[in-house]
Order: sequence, then structure tokens, then C-alpha cells
Amino acid sequence: MTPPVNYLDFYTLLPYLILTVWACLLLFVDAIFIPKTSKGITALLAAVGLAGALGYSITQVGIPPASGFNRMVALDGFSTFANILLLASGLFGVALAYGYTRRMGIERGEYYTLLLFSVSGMMLMAQATDLIIVFLALELLSIPLYVLSAIARKLDSEESGVKYFLLGAFASGFVVYGTALIFGATGTTNLALIFVQAASGGASILLLTIGAALLLVGFGFKVAAVPFHMWTPDVYQGAPTSVTAFMAAGAKIAGFTALFRVFTTAFPAIAPDLTNILWVISALTMILGNVIAISQSNIKRMLAYSAIAHAGYILMAFVPYGNSAVAPTAVAAGLFYLVAYAVSNFGTWGVVIALEKAEGRGLEINDYAGLSKKYPALALAMTIFMLSLIGFPPTLGMVGKFYLFRSAIAGGFPGLAIIGVATSLISAYYYLRVVVNMYMKDGDPTVEREPWLGFTAVFTAVVTVVVSFVPQILFLLASTAVLKSY
Amino acid sequence: MVPVDYYIALSAILFTIGALGVLSRRNPLIIFMSIELMLNAANLAFVAFARVYQTFSGQIFVFFVIAVAAAEVAVGLALIVEIFKTRKNINIDEMNSLKG
Repeated sequence: MTPPVNYLDFYTLLPYLILTVWACLLLFVDAIFIPKTSKGITALLAAVGLAGALGYSITQVGIPPASGFNRMVALDGFSTFANILLLASGLFGVALAYGYTRRMGIERGEYYTLLLFSVSGMMLMAQATDLIIVFLALELLSIPLYVLSAIARKLDSEESGVKYFLLGAFASGFVVYGTALIFGATGTTNLALIFVQAASGGASILLLTIGAALLLVGFGFKVAAVPFHMWTPDVYQGAPTSVTAFMAAGAKIAGFTALFRVFTTAFPAIAPDLTNILWVISALTMILGNVIAISQSNIKRMLAYSAIAHAGYILMAFVPYGNSAVAPTAVAAGLFYLVAYAVSNFGTWGVVIALEKAEGRGLEINDYAGLSKKYPALALAMTIFMLSLIGFPPTLGMVGKFYLFRSAIAGGFPGLAIIGVATSLISAYYYLRVVVNMYMKDGDPTVEREPWLGFTAVFTAVVTVVVSFVPQILFLLASTAVLKSY
Repeated sequence: MVPVDYYIALSAILFTIGALGVLSRRNPLIIFMSIELMLNAANLAFVAFARVYQTFSGQIFVFFVIAVAAAEVAVGLALIVEIFKTRKNINIDEMNSLKG
């Protein structure tokens, strides 16, 4: 007989509950009290909710791990690290959306509510220790994103919403069927018990491997890994840019935290088979993402392929996940890189939003010509982000890549590290093309001056450079976060 | 009594039909129906395995899947109706305004 649920269970879900309850209240408050002309108040209230949950999550750093609801969710260092990162991403998502939605005439209260629901789904994903919760969280984060992609109600936006929806639902079909097979192999959906069953030989290894592979397909869609990346360019291009910025960071963080936790907790026993699959996916993702990005002229599409490539880099460190000597460092390197990627990502998209005009103009890479003469600070910030995405010192991206390559080599996969370095060199070509356009060509770009946009660009640029000089602090934080979850 | 293997084989066949339907059909409504077929194939497998292990957790998962699928229908059909209003056509081969 399992023990009944008590208040301690709710305590383990508190960061998630704060945000969900706040989002439900906001839905009513926005519909009843806030007039159509002042939806900025809704943005402010959403930011207050995110900041409150963020403040609470920060106080949770270093507390002993706990699990709740009969081991369905866990509140440990790993999930607190992910929660802080996700809530901060939500705050940046609101900051970027505030001026952009108003300028583009798509300002609606439900935008912020949906964003809060999506963040809460991502947090639940990081806390889930049962495949039922993983599935619920996956849908809770995805469904608001489908709506947000289509929220502009223009042709491009709706098209991206439908494509994202169909492929996202397709992916969750794989997750559900994979879960069914894993349940069939082990008789449980709890991650820790799956491991116990698989290790004791009481499970059908074939069924378990197929189930894990199907789960990998589903997560691969979420993090945009090749060959499950087809939706990424279209959705990133068609969705409103502020939505793209949020989903590029948030969905990737959530997908990878779930992947890390599910695979390291439940599937070490079948690691040899899965490692081969992960190797191929990681190599293909790095190569294809970087090579196709070269030929893009639209900056949103280019950044979409860059997002695909970065999924490959993070997967690279995770390939030897079954090797228990390497796995904690690999996951720590992955978490570190997710931070680095999220920071550079929000900065880059902030600059893209600043240059975007109505009707989708101002999104070609050529539109960045001459930016350094008129707006030197903005051009400098964009240069920092591009260098960080290449992995060039002194930026956070360089340190992050160093940790990823190091753990790939430590795990016995120097070949992957070589592919990683080679594709990073290829990526320099298309990232630097933006820099060349800004500094060496003549043009007359105009930029929207919005305080929150400027704040985001400056803040992320400063973090990208400053933290790269003291990366040990962040890496230590990521390492302790991981060790507690084992 | 029908052996459980038959149920699992049927669910695998249904899942494959659903996946092939998603890949080959061109109408988003039919694609969506194929996705529902994949989800229900998983539900069948869950119920069959729950019978094998004599546990309720598999059946409970099915309720979760049904509830989430309903939420997906609400959002998905709304999106499809919305795009139909904009372009009077829902063929996904003609959803090609986004390319690079």
C-alpha cells in the first residue's frame, strides 16, 4: 500500500505550483480587469510571477534532495538548477515580447499567460521522475507553444503553428508508444524502478531498447536533433520573433533536462545500444545544422539551423552516458552549455527583434549592413553573441564548448570531438558573415529603441563575457546540481 | 482467452499504420487522425500490459493520454480552422510560404 499524499509532497512541487496558480489567476485577472489598451500590465504581472518563483527557486539551492507524490517528482539540485534557468528564460521571454508585440500589433493578454503555462510545463519536465509526468509535462510545455507560434494570426505565423502542432503531436505519439513498451518490459513507469528491473534481468531488453529509442525520437523532436529537425526552420521563421526566442531556449532546455534525467536514471543498462544511436544523431546534427546554415539569407532561418547545430554539440557530451565515471561531468557540461546557449540566444534574438520591421522586413542578413556606424553598441553586442555561438574566446560559448569536447574525449569519443571542432570552424563562416555585414558594408539600418530590449542585449552581452573569465563558479554549480540527483 | 501477444501485435500494427498515415497524407485533418491512431495504439498496449502485470498504473496512464489528446484536439482543430479562414485551403503541400 502506498502512503497517502501529504503536504510535504506539495512542497516538492512548490516552484511549479507557484507559477501555475499565478498563471491561472492571471488568466482571470487579464480577462476581467485589464483593458485591451493596457496589456502591458499583464506583462508586468507575468514577470512578477516568474520573478517570485525564481526568487523561491534560488533559496532552494543546496537543500537536500526530496521526492514527492510516490516518487513521481523530485526536487533536487538538478531540477532547481533547471528551474532557475527556465524561469530566467521566461523573464527574458516577457522582456523581449513586451515592446515587440505592441509594435507588431499582436499584443494580447493571453500571450503572457500561455508563456507562463509553457514555463511551468518545462519546470515539471525537469522535476519529473516518472514517465507519466514526463509525458504530461511535455504536453503542458508544447501546447501553449503551438498557440504562441500562431498568435500573430497572419499567414506565416499560422502556417508555423500548424506545422509545429502536427510534428509536435507526432513526436508525442512516439513518446507515448515508447512509454507503453517500457511499461511492457518492466511493469513500471517510474525511472528508478525501470533501472532496477532492467539491472536485475527481470525485463525484456529488446522491448526496453525499442521503447527507449522511441522516447529518444520524441525528445529529438523537442530539442531539434537531426533527423527530427524538419520543423525547426519553418517554425522559427514563421512564429513571431519574441516567441521564437523563448522557444529556442526554453524548449531546448526542457528537452535536454528530460533527456538527461530519463536516460541516466532509467537506461544505463542498455547504454551500449543507445550510445551508438546517440553517436550517429549527434554527428549528423552537428554536420547538417552547420552546413545548411551557410546557405541561409534570412537571419531567423540561419539561427534556426544554428539551434539545430547546438543541439548536436550538447548531445555529443551525452553520448557516453552509460559510463558512470563520465556521466556526471557530461551532464554538468550539458547544463553549463545550456546556460551559455540560453544567454547568447536571448541576446541574439533581442538584436534581431530590434532590427525587425512590420511585415517581416529587416530580417535578411544584408539588412545588418552598416549597423556599426549608426549603433556601435548594438553591433558590438551582436558581435559578442556571434563569437559566443562560434565558441571563440573570451565568451561563455567557448568555455561551454571546451567542457563539452573535454567530456566527449573523456568518454572515449575523440572522433565526435573532432567533428565538433570541424563543424565549429564551418559555423564561423556564417556567424562572421553577420559581423562582416555590420562592420564592413555600408547601409542604413534603423533600430527600435525599447528599454527592455536594450537591457536584455546589454545584460546578456555582459554575462557572456564576464562569466567566461570565472566559468568555474558556474561549472561547479552545475556539477553539484548533477551529483545530487544520483 | 486471447493471448496478450495478439493485443501487442495489433497495437504495433495500428501504430505503424498511424505513423505511415502521418508521413503520406496531405490533409492536416487526416494527419491528425493518424496521430490519434498512434496514441490509441499506445493505449491498447498499455491496457494489455496492465493485464499482464495485474496493475492499475497502466490503465491510469491511458486516462492521462485520453485527456491530453482531447486538449490537443482543441488546440489543433482551432489552428486548422484558423488557417482555413486565412487561405481557404488546408492542403499542407500548399503551406509553403516559409522557405529558405
